[in-house]
Order: sequence, then C-alpha cells, then structure tokens
Amino acid sequence: MDFRSSDTITGPRSEDVLPSTATAAVKVVVVGGFGVGKTTMVGSVSEIRPLTTEETMTQAGVGVDDNVGVETKTATTVAMDFGRISLSEELILYLFGTPGQERFWFLWNGLFEGALGAVVLIDTRRLQVSFDVIGRLEERGVPFVVAVNTFPDAPHHPVEALRAALDLSDEVPMIDCDARLRTSSRDVLMTLMRYLHRLAVPLA
Amino acid sequence: MSPPRRERRKADPALSDPERLYVITGAPDGERAALDLVTMVVAQAEPSPMVQPEQAAILRLCKAPLSVAEISAYLSLPFSVVTSLLTELLATELVESRAPVVRASLPDRSLLEAVMHGLQKL
Repeated sequence: MDFRSSDTITGPRSEDVLPSTATAAVKVVVVGGFGVGKTTMVGSVSEIRPLTTEETMTQAGVGVDDNVGVETKTATTVAMDFGRISLSEELILYLFGTPGQERFWFLWNGLFEGALGAVVLIDTRRLQVSFDVIGRLEERGVPFVVAVNTFPDAPHHPVEALRAALDLSDEVPMIDCDARLRTSSRDVLMTLMRYLHRLAVPLA
Repeated sequence: MSPPRRERRKADPALSDPERLYVITGAPDGERAALDLVTMVVAQAEPSPMVQPEQAAILRLCKAPLSVAEISAYLSLPFSVVTSLLTELLATELVESRAPVVRASLPDRSLLEAVMHGLQKL
C-alpha cells in the first residue's frame, strides 16, 4: 500500500505559514490530568488550530500502573496537542499539552528536555494527579508555575490552602485562570516567564 | 466566544499498515539525528523522484520553516517515524535544521524578555 500522494497532504493554511526568518523556537509544556483543560489552554493562545503529534510507547508495559489485565506488549499510541505563537519574526513559542498520569511519563523525556518551563494546570476537584506531576517536575529540575483552572462547579479553595495541599514552596507562583480565555492563558504564560526571569537573576 | 476545537485528523489508511511503517523507519537500531519536537526544518531542494513519497511530502511542507512536531501532525506520522525520515534528508542535505533555543542551566534573561515582549502583543 502506498503512502497517499504528497499532493493531497494538507499543510498549514496560507496564513499559518511561517516567514523564512523564523529560526528560533522555544517550548513550554502544559501538564495536567484528563479533562483539566490543557487543550483548551493551548488552543486559546495558539495562532494555529491546535495540532496533534503522536508517539508510540514501545517499551513493554512501562509505567502501566492501573491497567491490570491489559496485554502489556500492545503498543500504545499517545497523542499530544500543541499550539504555536509567533513572538516575533524570528522567535516562535510552541506550547505542548501532555497528560500527567504516571503511565504517560515516557513522553516526558524528549518533551521537557530544553523546555523553558512548565505550567501545571490543576482542577481543584482532582488534585491527586497534580501531586505526582509536581513531584516529578521537582525531581527533574523543571521550573513551573501552577495555574488553577476555574470550573464553575469546582470548590473554591483559598490559595494558601491549595498551596499547602500541594506542598508548594512560597517561591512557586500560583494563579487562577480561565483556560478558555486567551488573555487569561496569556497571563499564565507571562507569570511563568516572570518567574523564570527571577530565577535567572543571581541572588545578591 | 466559543473555545477553539481541536481538529481531529482522519487516520491515513496507509499508516495503519505496520509493514509500511517498518519500511520507512528502516532498521530499528539505525542512527537517528538528534531532533527535538521544536527543531525547525527548512527544505533545501525540490522533491525529486529519488526520495520516498513521505520524504517528498516533507520537502513540500518545509518550503517555509516548520517544526518537527508540525511535520508529524500534518503527515499523521509518529514523531519517531518523522525523525527517521528527516535523518536521511539531513544526511543528503535536502533539508536544513535549526536546533531549538534551550534552557541552559542559567536561563538567558534576554531570551525570556523577548518571549515576554511577544506575549504582551497577544
């Protein structure tokens, strides 16, 4: 069977084509549990419709934590959504959404390598996933901010209570956001960049 | 305003064929170029009949710079398969790649300032 003719491949829409000067790319990862709004956040700030890239888990049964009885040699394909923001004619920011559950951590190797930092998107109704994610980021030395996606029916916890629940140090920024809104998602990214900037300033 | 929806791409029937995936990825232990999801790729030549159809598709897509992640998405091919296709194109100088700007042990403040400046305009 032949690959379909390359003439039929749908590439970027003409307005999505990058200028030839686009030479520098940086990446930021949005990580959180299922349904927490990662794709929504990526989509709200992206200049292109979010795209999907896939990776196949090839190692047999790596990190399969709650799939008892599932044949572990079956290759699992995991999709990652991502978006793009042209920051200037030269500098492009890519934003990747990745699931936080332990069985997806195999995706993290190439993903966090060289990333500027991460946004941990949390849903106050399901904090458990965030615990593991935060621990893992700390272990890997990836700087991150915590963004609380405000769902209408989610219990509202004061920031201090959440900070305690997540066992976050005081330096790690934590903000409320509405992932559906471009300005709100943009502010989350700004918070991350300001935090990274502070980290870059040598302590006196 | 309704939130943007993710466009789910239709699976390419050719790609569900494991033999084809094996053919285009070559030997499993072959050397692969060090490519990041956000390595930018630019074609240096027009597609010729000498290259595989998948590689011709990459050459067409990359007339303007495109990240490896975007190539993977537009071709509906896994990242690892795209890496393998690009390794050959890089070796034969049909494409050029530009490594991403990575976070050094001490993040570059001017880079972060450029990112913030760009975000302000959103």
